[in-house]
Amino acid sequence: MTEKYQTHEHDVLIIGAGGAGLRAAIEALAQGARVAVVCKSLLGKAHTVMAEGGIAAAMANVDRTDNWRAHFRDTMRGGKFLNNWRMAQIHAQEAPERVRELEQWGALFDRTADGNILQRAFGGHTFKRLCHVGDRTGLEMIRTLQDRGVNLGIDVYMECAITRLLKDGDRIAGAFGYWRENGRFIVFKAKSVVIATGGIGKAWRITSNSWEYTGDGMALAYDAGAELMDMEFVQFHPTGMVWPPGVQGILVTEAVRGEGGVLRNKDGERFMERYDPERMDLSTRDVVARAIYTEAKEGRGTEHGGAYLDISHKPAEYVKKKLPSMYHQFRELADVDITKGPMEVGPTCHYMMGGIRVDAETAQSNVPGLFAAGEAAAGLHGGNRLGGNSLSDLLVFGRRAGLSAAEHAGQVSPTAADEAEVDEATREMLAPFERSDGDSPYDLHRDLQETMQNYVGIFRSEEDLKRGLDEIQKLKQRATRVQVDGSRLFNPGWHLARDLKAMLTVSEAVALSALERRESRGAHSRIDYPDYDEHWSKLNNIISRDGEAMRLSQAPIGEVPPDLNQIIEQK
Amino acid sequence: MADATFKVFRGDREGGDLVEYQVPIAPGMVVLDALHYIQAHAAPDLAVRWNCKAGKCGSCSAEVNGRPRLTCKTRLDALPLDEPITVQPIKAFPVLKDLVTDVSWNYRVNRKIPPFTPRPDVEWKMDQREVDRVQEFRKCIECFLCQDVCHVLRDHEKHEQFGGPRFFVRIAGLEMHPLDGLNRTELLKNELGIGLCNITKCCTEVCPEDIHITDNAIIPLKERVVDDFYDPVRWFLRKLTRRKTK
Repeated sequence: MTEKYQTHEHDVLIIGAGGAGLRAAIEALAQGARVAVVCKSLLGKAHTVMAEGGIAAAMANVDRTDNWRAHFRDTMRGGKFLNNWRMAQIHAQEAPERVRELEQWGALFDRTADGNILQRAFGGHTFKRLCHVGDRTGLEMIRTLQDRGVNLGIDVYMECAITRLLKDGDRIAGAFGYWRENGRFIVFKAKSVVIATGGIGKAWRITSNSWEYTGDGMALAYDAGAELMDMEFVQFHPTGMVWPPGVQGILVTEAVRGEGGVLRNKDGERFMERYDPERMDLSTRDVVARAIYTEAKEGRGTEHGGAYLDISHKPAEYVKKKLPSMYHQFRELADVDITKGPMEVGPTCHYMMGGIRVDAETAQSNVPGLFAAGEAAAGLHGGNRLGGNSLSDLLVFGRRAGLSAAEHAGQVSPTAADEAEVDEATREMLAPFERSDGDSPYDLHRDLQETMQNYVGIFRSEEDLKRGLDEIQKLKQRATRVQVDGSRLFNPGWHLARDLKAMLTVSEAVALSALERRESRGAHSRIDYPDYDEHWSKLNNIISRDGEAMRLSQAPIGEVPPDLNQIIEQK
Repeated sequence: MADATFKVFRGDREGGDLVEYQVPIAPGMVVLDALHYIQAHAAPDLAVRWNCKAGKCGSCSAEVNGRPRLTCKTRLDALPLDEPITVQPIKAFPVLKDLVTDVSWNYRVNRKIPPFTPRPDVEWKMDQREVDRVQEFRKCIECFLCQDVCHVLRDHEKHEQFGGPRFFVRIAGLEMHPLDGLNRTELLKNELGIGLCNITKCCTEVCPEDIHITDNAIIPLKERVVDDFYDPVRWFLRKLTRRKTK
């Protein structure tokens, strides 16, 4: 193989420049490690930028009685007790300090009357807990971390895509990828690699996720021998836009309901009374998404098959102040003035609770030197994530991953990448250009999205899931013959061909895990097994690679210590 | 439904041409939808930057019928469809391929700006009214449309002497942060050439976030520069105390 490539050497390589990746980078750098961040897009464009509602942290600025125990309890209950209890504990305890740190780095949150960080109500949170900046909290967070990181001197490789992790025996040795601008290959040598690549929503047709959310980090880790966990738990956010067609799936923040918005069906009925009379519109996302879906399916939906979400009873100025981007989004894209009338909303694929199985303290996977944080990692959210717990997750476990990755890099001897692996990665990337009769990656992507939307959606059944798995196998076959046109210069079709492989891996993992879990819990709803099952309440599904085959097994959930169990059972 | 005709720039550093594509129109469709249709059906290698498709990330900037726009927020029903819609890369930066330009200069300018630096022993309390003023600047999504329309960059190509509206907005956010303790006027005057701005307000007009770039960021910063460097009393005091700027 004569194909040339650049080589760069770092102690810690971080894949992904969203909240988790940047927070990891800042921490690893603080430990004295040589750190690189690689991202598929420009710096500052990661999906974190779209987070709207806020960061959940028990600061007790508004509700004085809030504390980490209450946050821990809400998170465990929201996750239907499938969570890794230690992660939920660490998260609840460390989140407030991570928010204060952001403020000290220049983030400007909305304020209380006495000058502290303001907190708002959100689904599943007992207290007003979400630190926010109007409805653009994610932008504030990413800009703060980006400026901090750049100022500290992180090396950022923008518009660079990793296609394979490299190993030295059992441990991580680095990664192989390419520059999107010119198509040239690049090899990173690193003693630690942190996966912070986010989720997998682009495998579905209706999604709030950006093009980057293709599960590539999970697939990279899986291919390198890491275990994936809880892959059946895909969160469908209850409120995405449903009309016009081009905006279908774009997120409508839960903050609309947090600020007093109410859901109604076409008959004007507040239908949440029938699904969760106590928490109503601020019930957990799994419950609200199923409610909207059911209303529409039973003929009580809006014109375009959703529900009405109305905040127009609040003063117009208040709505514009607290929900400015929602106001503009609907005015500009849907011709709706949300200060005067209701929005039409419906479920949209939003978040992956499952992901790479990691150690709670260190964020390390079962592959030495391979770490994961944020949406790419599993464990914190269990069967259903509460709104606001994602941004705090990024900060808390991004920091821990960066810390552990730097420590690991300081302890191990230098690694050597295997030249044969690099050659194989090169061949794999160039093969689609050499074919002349294969499928277009765009056609394959569309077919995968239809498959996941139709057979692995909000409500699942054995019949659908088996059908979905069959379709995924056929798509995998077609993907081996995918054909790419044009040159290697900034070629989105070429890039999609690689992302497809990752999407197919994670889609298979989702369908396989969903088929096995014969119960309904959190975001996983089986119409053929509609109730909780005691057997499954103690097990996580684990996916691992066995040669070319995908292996599914179960692992017992760690026993919650008595003192924490007492907290969960309180009230 | 009817088709719309698009003329999209296809080319690279060496040059290129407008290429015509037919796209079926759907209700509420935006220009970015049309570009995606072209990728999926006619030109799989058409280079386009985009991420959120919801006006929040600022990736999909281009010039639609000659006007700098976010393509995800530019609706076809707001454009005349009896003639072709042209889509070209933003002009102030070199083309890499098709609609993708080399915006790395912006990231280099950004690195020159000293970060938020709290005053010593500050108490972390702020009034919402003080915060409101700065939050306007923090809304910036870095779409670089303001940089694209700024004459100093677009026509006079003074990239080496000038920072551009985006970075004046960023500095305004730092300078007016209620708890920041640094002074960045020397940087504004010397390295970022704020004096070159002749307040034509083109940047304000194209800002998709409705930031009042000229009135609320640039003019107050210009006044600070004038105060610090051209007010004789302050000039003399500065000579005596020599304030740190980095």
